[in-house]
Amino acid sequence: MNTSMQHIENHITTGIPLSDKPKLSARNVDVFYGDKQAIHDVTLDIGANEVIALIGPSGCGKSTFLRTLNRMNDTIDICSIKGEILLDDENIYGPDVDTVPLRARVGMVFQKPNPFPKSIYDNVAYGPRIHGLAQSRVELDETVEKSLQRAGLWNEVKDRLHSPGTGLSGGQQQRLCIARTIAVDPEVILMDEPCSALDPIATAKIEELIDDLREKYTIAIVTHSMQQAARVSQRTAYFHLGQLIEVNPTKQVFTTPQHELTEAYITGRFG
Amino acid sequence: MTDIKKNDSHEKKSNTSTESNTMTTTQLTTREKVELSLGRRRAAETRFRLYGMASVFFGMLCLVVLFTDIASKGTGAFKQTSLTTEIVLDSDYLNLNKESTIDEIRFANFDGLIKRHFAKMLKPKGRSAKRELFKLISPGASWQLQELLLANPDAIDTSVSIELLMDDDVDQWFKHDRELAEGHMNDRLSDQQLVWLNSWIEEGKLDTHFNTLFFTNGDSREPELAGIHGAIKGTLLTLMVTLILSFPIGVAAAIYLEEFAPRNRMTEIVEININNLAAVPSIIFGLLGMAIFINIFGVSRSTPLLGGLVLTLMTLPTIIISARAAIKSVPPSIREAAYGLGASKNQVVFHHVLPLAMPGMLTGTILGMAQALGETAPLLMIGMVAFVVDVPGFINDPSTVLPVQIFLWSDSPERAFLERTSGAILVLLSFLVVMNTTAVILRRRLERRW
Repeated sequence: MNTSMQHIENHITTGIPLSDKPKLSARNVDVFYGDKQAIHDVTLDIGANEVIALIGPSGCGKSTFLRTLNRMNDTIDICSIKGEILLDDENIYGPDVDTVPLRARVGMVFQKPNPFPKSIYDNVAYGPRIHGLAQSRVELDETVEKSLQRAGLWNEVKDRLHSPGTGLSGGQQQRLCIARTIAVDPEVILMDEPCSALDPIATAKIEELIDDLREKYTIAIVTHSMQQAARVSQRTAYFHLGQLIEVNPTKQVFTTPQHELTEAYITGRFG
Repeated sequence: MTDIKKNDSHEKKSNTSTESNTMTTTQLTTREKVELSLGRRRAAETRFRLYGMASVFFGMLCLVVLFTDIASKGTGAFKQTSLTTEIVLDSDYLNLNKESTIDEIRFANFDGLIKRHFAKMLKPKGRSAKRELFKLISPGASWQLQELLLANPDAIDTSVSIELLMDDDVDQWFKHDRELAEGHMNDRLSDQQLVWLNSWIEEGKLDTHFNTLFFTNGDSREPELAGIHGAIKGTLLTLMVTLILSFPIGVAAAIYLEEFAPRNRMTEIVEININNLAAVPSIIFGLLGMAIFINIFGVSRSTPLLGGLVLTLMTLPTIIISARAAIKSVPPSIREAAYGLGASKNQVVFHHVLPLAMPGMLTGTILGMAQALGETAPLLMIGMVAFVVDVPGFINDPSTVLPVQIFLWSDSPERAFLERTSGAILVLLSFLVVMNTTAVILRRRLERRW
């Protein structure tokens, strides 16, 4: 119990943080909020077409780490970052990297469903519109339909595309947000506790969806539910007080964790 | 205290003997404590509700008293006394014919014609009686005849029936003092004048009509000819200038400060000063306008343009503060969603933040405009207090505004001007009610839920 609250000096991540075909690679990443260090020296690969789950107790920095992957932390003034994050071997914190195309390639789904107060159609069409992805109205219609189908929402909303997206149920709103994200055709999707505000049935639907999306996209998901991590991910990364303690195939993490802190967490001794 | 509790618990225990002794004691004391405090809490609640109701009632009462007072004094202004009479438009006397030009009609002696008409009709004896008779008729009467002839030149040499405007003293007497006992009669009218007036009343010639002149005329020294058209036009032009300048500037400033400005000392100073400006007495803005707009930039005084510039200075802080509050109230999740899709800062602001903040901004703007509508002090400083008879055509014509017109009239000694003061206040208040209602409706309409 005592050891769990202490910072480990010179910790080297246990397990296999690297991947054979990395899509996103974090190298020695430190994140600071003002003077306070939130992430300590994290090195982690996210492989192409895999789902990686980031787990850990509250305040361990998993959400912060996720948000560094598409530079969402840029919107916070006091946040600063050291180290490198490579997307296809290119540092996204490089001097002439623009966040606009970066975020089109690395999309994000948030904890609370946050559809725009616009129609369902306009919600999905927003991304393609601002990036100029569709040349014609017909093409845009197709993109919207395809994205909603991928998100498993098409059959539920095809008759009311022009009614407000905020009028949908919580689970539908979250799938709408996923549809909105994949309408831009990103390469990586970051999900920050996407099911924490949803009921079990809606959660099951989203989890199914994540499994389907893996064929085309690389997904990093932060979750508080260990069952969810076990169900949807191939690899699991355990964060503790801003440090990446252990990364291993999901099955191994939940059956035979290597690090004592991981074991303590998954057996429910703290968290 | 403890004794009583014990007694109590014993009584209860005899009723429900199954429970253990200690349990019952603790349970009852807790419940008793809660019940004791409950009485206190309920009493406080009731007291507070009464205070609240009393203050709401007091506020409503003040409002009702104010409105009934103004309305009872002001409604008279919407009616004007006039005398129905048949008058022959004598071509020889006026020196006009059917082919007369507009200028000839303008310079014809209608005044003399009216005097001759009444002198013939009532045959006053001596110069002073004549003067008393002519005093009953408003100087506007000759202007009425002139207008009639201008509109229809063929009426020359015919007998026309016309409602001639009466003087303000007659108007006030007819509307308010007629029923009073002899001793309390309005002493602005002589006995001879009252005899004439009473004979007209008996013949049914003297009556009140809706006072259209009040809405179509500019200011005048004669109360029966004074109207608010000039002031309303001046107000609209001034507010137009204010709106055109303050809304875009205010919203742009708010967006910049809220979304783009770097968080540093400079921004902080600007923010503090904007908040301070909102609390600056409005007359200071008038001084500022005089010093800068008139003395440095040479804007001509007494114009809606200048008034609008000064009121812009005054309204800007209100608009900026309300616009910033509206921007702040846009949920961060919407921004995050847009940023997460790769929207640029500009796109986030103009596609999402601005539409969501617009109802709040518009409400703030309309309230700021309502404040500007009622503003008098700064306009006094820049010469809009001048006596302007003409209705302003555009923003560079000398004019006055409604509240200043009210201020001017309230200073006049004539009783009829007092009535017009209240009448103009009623018009101003209805403008304010319309603007505030618009603000409420706009907010309801545009508000979107998320």
